[in-house]
Amino acid sequence: MARKLNRGVAIVGAGMSKFGAFPDKNSRELLVEAFIEMMGSIDKGIDPKDIEAFYFGDAAGEAFEGQGHTAPIMGDWLGLLPIPCVRVENACASGSVAIRQAMLSIASGMHDIVLAGGAEKMSNLSTTRVTDTLADFTDVYSERSAGFTFPTAYASMATAYMAEYGARPEHFMMVGIKNHRNGALNPKAQFNSSILDIMNSKISKAKGKGGAIPTWKDEMDFLHDEGANPIVAWPMRLFDCSPISDGAACVLVVAEELVRRFTDSPLYIIGSGLASCGPLHDRDRLTSISAARVASQQAYEMAGVKPQDIQVAEVHDCFTIAELVAMEDIGFYEPGTAYKAVEEGATALDGPKPINPSGGLKSKGHPISASGAGQVVEIWHQLREEAGLRQVPIKNLRLGLTHNIGAHGSTCSINIFERR
Amino acid sequence: MDKRPFTIASFDQFLAEGKFMGMKCSKCGAFRIPPKPMCSQCYSTELEWVEMTGKGTLSAYSCVAVGTTMMVEEGYDRKNLYCTGVISLEEGPRICAQIIGADSNNPESIKIGTPLKVGFVERGKGEERRTYLAFNP
Ligand SMILES: [Zn+2]
Repeated sequence: MARKLNRGVAIVGAGMSKFGAFPDKNSRELLVEAFIEMMGSIDKGIDPKDIEAFYFGDAAGEAFEGQGHTAPIMGDWLGLLPIPCVRVENACASGSVAIRQAMLSIASGMHDIVLAGGAEKMSNLSTTRVTDTLADFTDVYSERSAGFTFPTAYASMATAYMAEYGARPEHFMMVGIKNHRNGALNPKAQFNSSILDIMNSKISKAKGKGGAIPTWKDEMDFLHDEGANPIVAWPMRLFDCSPISDGAACVLVVAEELVRRFTDSPLYIIGSGLASCGPLHDRDRLTSISAARVASQQAYEMAGVKPQDIQVAEVHDCFTIAELVAMEDIGFYEPGTAYKAVEEGATALDGPKPINPSGGLKSKGHPISASGAGQVVEIWHQLREEAGLRQVPIKNLRLGLTHNIGAHGSTCSINIFERR
Repeated sequence: MDKRPFTIASFDQFLAEGKFMGMKCSKCGAFRIPPKPMCSQCYSTELEWVEMTGKGTLSAYSCVAVGTTMMVEEGYDRKNLYCTGVISLEEGPRICAQIIGADSNNPESIKIGTPLKVGFVERGKGEERRTYLAFNP
């Protein structure tokens, strides 16, 4: 039987920092940026002293910044003390799980106005230390000990996917090209440029230096060049992987009775699902994440909608293969067909099923604990038709979905939003 | 029958002795590799050690250019990739392990479904050095 909330819950404000690599900013300062933007997004304003609780997604504050017990520290920086500040840890799903916890705390009747979000500062560690920190989210006794990195886990799904369905590395590249095109239209994106722009800028740089000028014909040609797009974990190359990022995002979640005090254009959380699965080798399939199938089913049942009703989605494309697997797991496409949909352009900004209009984690950036909240910020802009150049051109926009994965699928958090 | 406790430490000891041992639930027959002190399928604690045949096939893999510190210290890098993946064992369960002896610098030559046989690999320096599960084509 579908579970329902005892009380309606809606988002009335959303904000994010720019995502990128910021040597001079820590996660607190980035969260303050996101908070200020969130406050400004509340149409009728708010006194921050009315916020009653804060759920803060933080996967690895100790590893990235040497800071533990981060939630009350963040609450202090946001001027929210002495309200309850609770840290939520579900690896890269921490941000969206924090939003879900805020939703539950309101539905329970305990609170009416709750802040939720996440922040991460990754860029001050070396690539090897970031690799180690992310690898710690796999099972250290069975996956990490086998030499798995984070990209390795998804790359393994990619080789299984290619063998089972006949996809080729070019299909992964098409996901990256599509997401970079969207990210080029997003001023908050870490890579605010298409792969074609990146290729052309490398050509101009080479011309400026007077050395050998690369002869890439097009984006695909560029992506096939081992020098320009080296292997990270085959078949995942550099442009198949989300970058190392710093950033923060947060939303204000309120009880339905209070919604009109803040805005006439809220996003109701009408469906929410959360599920878990074990290490890669213990899963039923290697080309699908069961937690995502279970969580999306829960969310669709709760919302009373079907995958075909969803008009715009942000899915967890930490690697390009992850977007294909996500599209199938959330029921947008049958198993083994998502790569064909991408090839046909169905998920482009102007396609029938736009996915990751923000540029996704690939292009927008992936500050891990902020990413899930960042997806909700994008759906906020899209459903309110405030997404500017990257606004999806769909009439009567009403329903959006976020799909946020923790680790390599150990957690999947799905939320469905309706603009009312 | 071996009376060692059903712990990862026991599993690692077996590996150091050159044995690939799986935990099998005496009640429901499920394998758990590495072992758990309780069957996570039926909650039974009636468990047994079974020496695995070590035969399997490759179900998923990757050739890694940017590895963890442990693998970098073993000499793997962008010029010297290592292969790791998911192996489906003859007895049914799957396990993740490094694939030794695959042409890791030529990943497209590696085929899903390739028969594999268990092997062992030592990694780590000094006191940290220990035996890990691995497979060979
Ligand atoms: Zn059992």
